[in-house]
Amino acid sequence: MTQPDRRGFLRTLVSAGPAAALAVGAAPAVGHAVETPEASGGAYAPRYFTAAEWRFLRAAADILIPADENGPGGAAVGIPEFIDGQMEMPYGHGKLWFMGGPFHPEVAPELGYQLDLVPRDIYRRGIGNFDAWCVKTHGRPFADLAVAEQTAAMHDLEAGRIVFADVPSATFFGFLLTNTKEGFFADPIHGGNKGMASWKMIGFPGVRADYMDWIDRPNTPYPYGPVSISGERA
Amino acid sequence: MTITMKKKDVVLIGFGWTGAILGQELTEAGLDVLALERGEMRDTPTDARYPQVIDELAYSIRGKLYQDLSRETVTVRHGVDDLAVPYRQHGSFLLGNGVGGAGLHWNGMHYRVLPEELQLRTRYEQRYGRHFIPEGMTIRDFPVTYDELEPFFTKFEYVCGTSGKAGNLGGRKIEGGNPFEGPRSKDYPTPPLHNGYGADLVWKGAVEAGFHPYYAPAANCSTPYTNPYGVRLGPCNFCGFCENYACYMYSKASPQTTILPVLLRKPNFEVRPRAQVLKINLDSTGKKATGVTYVDGKGREIFQPADLVIVTAYQMHNVRLLLLSGIGKPYNPKTGEGVVGMNYAYQAMGGVEVLLPSGTRLNPFIGTGAGGVSIDDVNGDQFDHGPLGFVGGASVRHVRLGGRPIQMTPTVPGTPKWGSAWKSAVKDTYQRELHIDLSGSVAAYQDVYLDLDPTYRDSYGQPLLRLTYNWHDNEARLMHHVGDRISEIAKAMNAEKYWVTNRVTPGAKYDVRFYQSTHTTGGAIMGADPRNSVVNRYLQSWDVPNVFVMGSSAFPQNMGYNPTGLVGALAYWAAKAIREQYLKNPGPLVQA
Ligand SMILES: Cc1cc2nc3c(=O)[nH]c(=O)nc-3n(C[C@H](O)[C@H](O)[C@H](O)COP(=O)(O)OP(=O)(O)OC[C@H]3O[C@@H](n4cnc5c(N)ncnc54)[C@H](O)[C@@H]3O)c2cc1C
Ligand code: SF4
Repeated sequence: MTQPDRRGFLRTLVSAGPAAALAVGAAPAVGHAVETPEASGGAYAPRYFTAAEWRFLRAAADILIPADENGPGGAAVGIPEFIDGQMEMPYGHGKLWFMGGPFHPEVAPELGYQLDLVPRDIYRRGIGNFDAWCVKTHGRPFADLAVAEQTAAMHDLEAGRIVFADVPSATFFGFLLTNTKEGFFADPIHGGNKGMASWKMIGFPGVRADYMDWIDRPNTPYPYGPVSISGERA
Repeated sequence: MTITMKKKDVVLIGFGWTGAILGQELTEAGLDVLALERGEMRDTPTDARYPQVIDELAYSIRGKLYQDLSRETVTVRHGVDDLAVPYRQHGSFLLGNGVGGAGLHWNGMHYRVLPEELQLRTRYEQRYGRHFIPEGMTIRDFPVTYDELEPFFTKFEYVCGTSGKAGNLGGRKIEGGNPFEGPRSKDYPTPPLHNGYGADLVWKGAVEAGFHPYYAPAANCSTPYTNPYGVRLGPCNFCGFCENYACYMYSKASPQTTILPVLLRKPNFEVRPRAQVLKINLDSTGKKATGVTYVDGKGREIFQPADLVIVTAYQMHNVRLLLLSGIGKPYNPKTGEGVVGMNYAYQAMGGVEVLLPSGTRLNPFIGTGAGGVSIDDVNGDQFDHGPLGFVGGASVRHVRLGGRPIQMTPTVPGTPKWGSAWKSAVKDTYQRELHIDLSGSVAAYQDVYLDLDPTYRDSYGQPLLRLTYNWHDNEARLMHHVGDRISEIAKAMNAEKYWVTNRVTPGAKYDVRFYQSTHTTGGAIMGADPRNSVVNRYLQSWDVPNVFVMGSSAFPQNMGYNPTGLVGALAYWAAKAIREQYLKNPGPLVQA
């Protein structure tokens, strides 16, 4: 009656052995690893995004999470790589969601997401619309604007002052911000949070996940730096 | 073509907490038991492997262990005349899937019930008068008392190795425990988990403000422990990855860490994963179940005959299976007729956020699923509702769940959501912000219910369950009061700032986009009268006596506590009735 779907297949892999243990959540184990510049000896080649979209994502990541005294910016920590990786996952294809119709986007927002669009569509349309707006309003695409203009444009987007043709601008902004923060904070195995920059910033010890030795030391700084799933330390 | 399998004594539909309990009890009685579980086989070595399991994105955000919504979900609407639309993404509640069910990835907040909650309608009518309960509110008494259930609460706690401290041992009050709880026959099997700094501060603040804090009961074991089935648990190491994750330390009680190892060795037990039950089959009289129909992992439709069918699929799925099988008359909110789907309820979540002075080191990543401070002064009927004019109460707790960066990096309201200001706010707040949870009871209402959706279908072509749910004024007033009272604790803590974050405020609509709790109740409620309940006091269907329905679907309304302590106790109570009464004389255990 039903065909085992891709998720079902991946789940079977999960129980099959250590190499596949990350299959559902993490790109690296599914065959095409998220290549870091270090690993490939060159620049990262996006798998889903076009060159123009990629330039947008890198610029947007640095506006949403700027390099400052609290650590490196969004592009340097790999947020664009993270989002690109997610586009190739079941998540990017909307495979984690119920996508049966009919669709009624007009219902109360409290009833949740009701668009017939998956993250890949939202990014493709959203970036296209936003860049078109930047060209129309400021004469150049987002990536080519000065930082102050980029910041102002992002505020306009957030505040709902920009109307897009084929995706609600608020929806696009919501995905962009949410996925950016995911890439900032998630384990580096997913392609972002390079050098565990966000974990160092807040003091999160990563996968240590064993605090028997510190539960009885109230109000005392924790002395150990973070460790990632792949064993990286900082 | 449907394949017919060899008959079993018992079929369990779903293998989570209630499936595990019934599996153990009925195999002990010598019966041949088959559990059909729609999801995958899951266990600690495969699904809690360290360090891969410490992955917030995979588990908390993408929901690796949850129900696959692409195949099956529910629809939601606010009012009886509204259009319902699918719950397309995980939000408000997180349904379990796979062996262990939600029991594999719960937090382990393991409460009983305040005795008065089981006789709620009678209690309010006697104390406040008949007219106190507003029109349209359909709260009821459970057809069972605290004293009857006490041995089964104890039993489930001992199976789980639950940590905590008794506050009332056989009527004797004990310091550090909950002074408001019903009398216990035994203390908790393991001592309370140690409290972290945040819990110490809340405890002190609560005492100063005149409340009665106690150690939150946690099915996160605090010492090495061997349960009555001979299964061993280890001490919780405060890993901070509890809810949404399987426990790599074998400390969180789950079917896997307490019952499954014993069951899997029994020749008279089998769990069949990847078996999606479509319906319970009835004979031509409609009064007897002959077995169940399911679809296996290869897509084959299979008829599994059985003498006894036990629905252990979780509250929402329990109700849906009854509706799909035509067991009991569906409830109609307009005529008030019918029973299946009635009295659906939820929980009213809120909180008081506390920002402590700069320099405070909470080390928020040191977390557990359930250990910490709990407070019942504003729960149940432990305070005078007369002048307040609402029904219900809230359980209040501070449990530091962890400091998982994607979801647990709050900022003070008004902070920009991105940019350098956001970065520095996150950094500043992480170590000094804590949350006091308010978990409010929700009454049952005539216009809140469950039925089958007329439009949307799952990947098997069956109608989805439809939730008709919205908040009512009673709960908004309850939460307002509780927010005010608990703010007194924040005040006593010398907070730099504190603020109330209630989801349920006057006029607020039920919002599925934000996680609130997976504490949904009702729809197949227990009662003393078949005209207004679905199952009797032993969770046996009034209509089809060889069908029993476990889980929180039996609650006539929801309480302030988390449900699973009561769910487990009711499962053991029902199992005893099946073993000692039903098997001797199969048929209705209560005469209608
Ligand atoms: C994130 C989270 C945190 C929670 N924390 C707490 C807490 O701290 N304290 C507390 O008291 N409660 C908590 N709960 C609730 C608790 O998990 C449930 O009350 C408990 O698991 C209910 O047991 P159950 O047997 O009814 O359902 P479950 O344990 O969910 O098991 C039901 C099983 O049935 C299966 N199933 C469903 N439909 C079918 C079908 N058609 N065919 C075959 N199989 C089917 C499901 O896949 C599932 O495995 C939490 C829940 C979640 C999701
Ligand atoms: S917090 Fe404790 S009980 Fe929960 S998963 Fe971690 S070690 Fe297990």
